[in-house]
Amino acid sequence: MTQSASPGAEAPPVMELRNVSKTFGEVRSLAGVDFQVNPREIVGLLGDNGAGKSTLIKVVMGFYSPDSGGEIYFHGMRVHDWSVARARSLGIETVYQERALCEKQPIWRNMFMGRELRNRFGLLDVAAMRNECSRLMSEHMGFTSAAVHPDNVVATMSGGEKQGVAITRALHFEAELVILDEPTMGLSLSETKKTLDFVRSIKAAGKSAIFIDHNIFNIYPVVDRLYVLDRGKVAGVFNRADITMDQLIERLYHVARTGSMELPS
Amino acid sequence: MTEEAAAVRTGGHKAAPPSLLTRYGSQMGIVGVGFAMWLAFVIAAPRVFTDVDIYLAFAETTPLFGIVALSLTFVVITGEIDLSFPSVMALGTAIFCLVTYYGGAPWWLGLIAAGLTGVACGLLNGFLVASLNIPSLVITIGTQFLFRGLELVLMNGTGVPLLVDKYPQMHTLLREPLFGVPVQTLWMIGILIVEWLLLNRTRFGAHVFLVGDNQTSARLMGVNAGRVKIKAFVLVGVTAVFCGLLSSIYGYYFWPSTGDGSLLNTIASVFLGGTSVFGGTGSVIGTFVAAFIIGAINAGIVSAGVNAFYTQLAFGLVIVVSVVLQTLIDRRIRRQSLTGK
Repeated sequence: MTQSASPGAEAPPVMELRNVSKTFGEVRSLAGVDFQVNPREIVGLLGDNGAGKSTLIKVVMGFYSPDSGGEIYFHGMRVHDWSVARARSLGIETVYQERALCEKQPIWRNMFMGRELRNRFGLLDVAAMRNECSRLMSEHMGFTSAAVHPDNVVATMSGGEKQGVAITRALHFEAELVILDEPTMGLSLSETKKTLDFVRSIKAAGKSAIFIDHNIFNIYPVVDRLYVLDRGKVAGVFNRADITMDQLIERLYHVARTGSMELPS
Repeated sequence: MTEEAAAVRTGGHKAAPPSLLTRYGSQMGIVGVGFAMWLAFVIAAPRVFTDVDIYLAFAETTPLFGIVALSLTFVVITGEIDLSFPSVMALGTAIFCLVTYYGGAPWWLGLIAAGLTGVACGLLNGFLVASLNIPSLVITIGTQFLFRGLELVLMNGTGVPLLVDKYPQMHTLLREPLFGVPVQTLWMIGILIVEWLLLNRTRFGAHVFLVGDNQTSARLMGVNAGRVKIKAFVLVGVTAVFCGLLSSIYGYYFWPSTGDGSLLNTIASVFLGGTSVFGGTGSVIGTFVAAFIIGAINAGIVSAGVNAFYTQLAFGLVIVVSVVLQTLIDRRIRRQSLTGK
């Protein structure tokens, strides 16, 4: 059926993009990108501002559809009508850079956004959402302060707390593939450490993740494989085992200057 | 389950809910304003306002615009506005008259045709706003003239008598008091309950809040923002037709100008009711209470012996003051958001 699902080989990638391009008017954000995430794998995505990282994950998530010619595979199956609702129903959750919260709404509404719980009459089960939200907040977000209640509106929370809501939301739905877009931005040291621990816990739970960050020191220790994007193209793919952090940094500098990953001999 | 809940409660998680004032402040404010105004009217015109007749009059006339205000609340929460509903009131009622009075069809067929007219008007508004991304403030002024024009052409500018002899069922449903209670208010209470459930206990209602608060976030989380808005406009269309029929049966006559003059009361009810002009927050209960306050202003000003021209002044003032207050509150929330506290 597909090349990736070759018989006898290990399981097909959870998610695969082939020859994906995305153009906005005159601007080409992605140009012929091939990208895959394997089961139980944490894939890092590095690149400068405007390299196409956020566009790439919005294609993975179904928010943007790729230009014609691009193909999306989920567990080796070609998918055509890819949308956010479809992606989420198949177990892909994202912690967006812009957090994707509705700030005037209470925490519980944000936690269950687009996935509201319903009772057997088809009506919203508000009590269950409040209770579950309260439980998640104390278990996963470690909220003990008297200031945070499921009915509090998000606008009253700090940046780290808001990020906590966004991460807990992704975690709650037992996603098979979690995408984290610059999750450590604006976080304190201890909050950053917590976030990185969370990324590791995804792999321990047998799930996959895509981890996007500016900061190579955050990305390198937790990922299995690394994609480097530059001006909408994949400039290089590395297994962490094959490259040291110093070598990687050297190559990244080289990319920034020349647009090519290959070091001159 | 209960053990777990108890653990949550005792396990260092002592978060207090936000105070009642924060959560219901605007609703309590409206009730306070309403009460103060009632006192003022009682002092200004004690004979009128201690008599039950004036309250029966409110209860008959307020729902004629209050019911559509309940639905308009949904559209305003999504961050849009619909100014075309007065014309939809007329167009839907005109279709009812064409089908039953001129076409000779039974009353229920007329009701179905009128309801479908409301759906069609809402779909058109919703399509223009949500699918073509045209600002609703502008395009619904356009459709207001479009629907009114269509109605005037269809009826050739003439009215239709809606007497009890010809429409007994319609009068039973929409005009005769039930156990002495004005049926218009019973309809409004019924529709309030249905729409409260729709807004607060369905996914559609949850998405109405999300789309109005932050459309991009809602879409990133898989909410179909366009469809949510279209549904809200359809809701206004259908209830506008209902209000058109209700007010025409109330006056025993369909005037081609039906709906004219309901724009100001309706919008004032929504904004006075605490629904934010910026979208994302609002309440149908607030709109319900505010509609009766607006209805009382109308009757109060007239019976207090003040020139009726002052009613328009009062409604204008209500809209301006409540929107200004919302702006100030919204700014405060944004400042809180920046500082984190």
